[in-house]
Amino acid sequence: MGQHIITLYDWLAKLSNSDLIAVIVVAVLPLIFLVVYALVAILGELKISAFIQERLGPMRTGPWGIIQPVAEVVKLLQKEDITPEPANKTLFNLAPFLMFTAAYAGFAVIPFSSHFVPAGINLGLFYIFAIGSLAVIGIVMGGWASNNKYSLLGALRSVSQIVSYEIPAAIVILTVVVLANSMNLQVINEKQSGWFWNWFVFGGPGSAWKILVIPFTVVMMLLYLVASLAETNRTPFDIPEGESELVAGYHTEYSGMKFAMFFFAEYANMFIVAALVTILFFGGWNSPFGSFMSGPFWGVFWFIIKSFFFVFVQIWLRWTLPRLRVDQLMGVSWKFMVPIAFVCFFAVGIWVMFM
Amino acid sequence: MLSNFGIILLFFIIGILFVAAGLITAAIIRPHHPNPVKLSTYECGEEPIGIPWIKFNIRFYVIALVFLLFDVEVVFLFPWAVVFRQMSRIGNTIVWFAFIEMLVFVAVLLAGLAYVWVKGDLNWEKPKPYIPKLKDLIITKKG
Repeated sequence: MGQHIITLYDWLAKLSNSDLIAVIVVAVLPLIFLVVYALVAILGELKISAFIQERLGPMRTGPWGIIQPVAEVVKLLQKEDITPEPANKTLFNLAPFLMFTAAYAGFAVIPFSSHFVPAGINLGLFYIFAIGSLAVIGIVMGGWASNNKYSLLGALRSVSQIVSYEIPAAIVILTVVVLANSMNLQVINEKQSGWFWNWFVFGGPGSAWKILVIPFTVVMMLLYLVASLAETNRTPFDIPEGESELVAGYHTEYSGMKFAMFFFAEYANMFIVAALVTILFFGGWNSPFGSFMSGPFWGVFWFIIKSFFFVFVQIWLRWTLPRLRVDQLMGVSWKFMVPIAFVCFFAVGIWVMFM
Repeated sequence: MLSNFGIILLFFIIGILFVAAGLITAAIIRPHHPNPVKLSTYECGEEPIGIPWIKFNIRFYVIALVFLLFDVEVVFLFPWAVVFRQMSRIGNTIVWFAFIEMLVFVAVLLAGLAYVWVKGDLNWEKPKPYIPKLKDLIITKKG
């Protein structure tokens, strides 16, 4: 990036006369955001599922049940923590650390605004992609170390599913890199500035000829949305924790705060994939209306609104669709999504050459 | 002043500290009354038979292998994707070299995918064993 803008980090360093404070604030701010977001998302999930199923949802804790998620965290805090006797204790205790740390490390490169990205590395997309795969190891660790048949089956299914859906997701990300010429998430966002037709879902900035590429970019966006659902183990791809057959999948044996960490990690991953959809296809922190309502603070607003919309889509789909069978799941990924993703990749490649 | 990767390391440390803080707080508050039944493996109330660390379905390995193939390919394509726009043009002339190079690279792997597909390793259903029918067992009279 050529231009030098005053970032939140610089501003804090100047304000407090200390780099250390600025670094710590920049690194802790996403954590605070994550905790608040997780509470909101849990309540959202409860209330949206209630609305879809014509129930009221939690109503007793606080007005309209709005402090229900806080109550649940407090409950999980005081639950007895059971490590089963036959389990492999080291790996069993290590798995929640790995799951949550991997999910939180992904937040390091997410640009919340034009002036705030904790670590604006040039390898941003690549890094998120790599860190996202760490969750697989956490799942295998937890599932295998539990010494429980349900956990092992859940972990195996989960891994084969995440691994299968990572390929179409990776190819779609690759295509966006071809369009944007960069793996830096901040640069990808800057490329989409202006009105909403400059977003990559509408082919990115360009002449009227980009109408040729719009069908492919829309298909790519849908592919990524589906693949990201599978990667976060959300319905309709939640066979790893299908309650009717596997109790709770890879975290069957976990209880108390360790279970809460798995849960936190799941919600953090949901936000990361929603944020990636926003950044890659919907302009990230850019305002949809050109320079209207744009700026560093509006950027945070737009980014969070757009990401929350995609978190909402994930919740909405969870309570609308039934889950797929294992064979259908593998078939969808390898026989439909991978070929379609490659076709989009070639088409966008050719288009980029001529434009 | 930390570099960008220093901040990423800090994120890892904060993540670990957050989990540790949560677990330690819980350890102070929560009760601890273990008993043999509580500590046994959960299997819907039944007594677990055997250990689950068994040989599992071979198809998981095939999926892992195919994934490895494609993942390595994608990793190699990322640098290509970053410079593709610059490489596909000199002035106003379109240069096909970069695109065709990628096509060759991907085609080799797509051939691999086609092979796995044709071999039926992408089908999750078990291959159906041939069950002999009664009429196969009856020796028919010749002529």
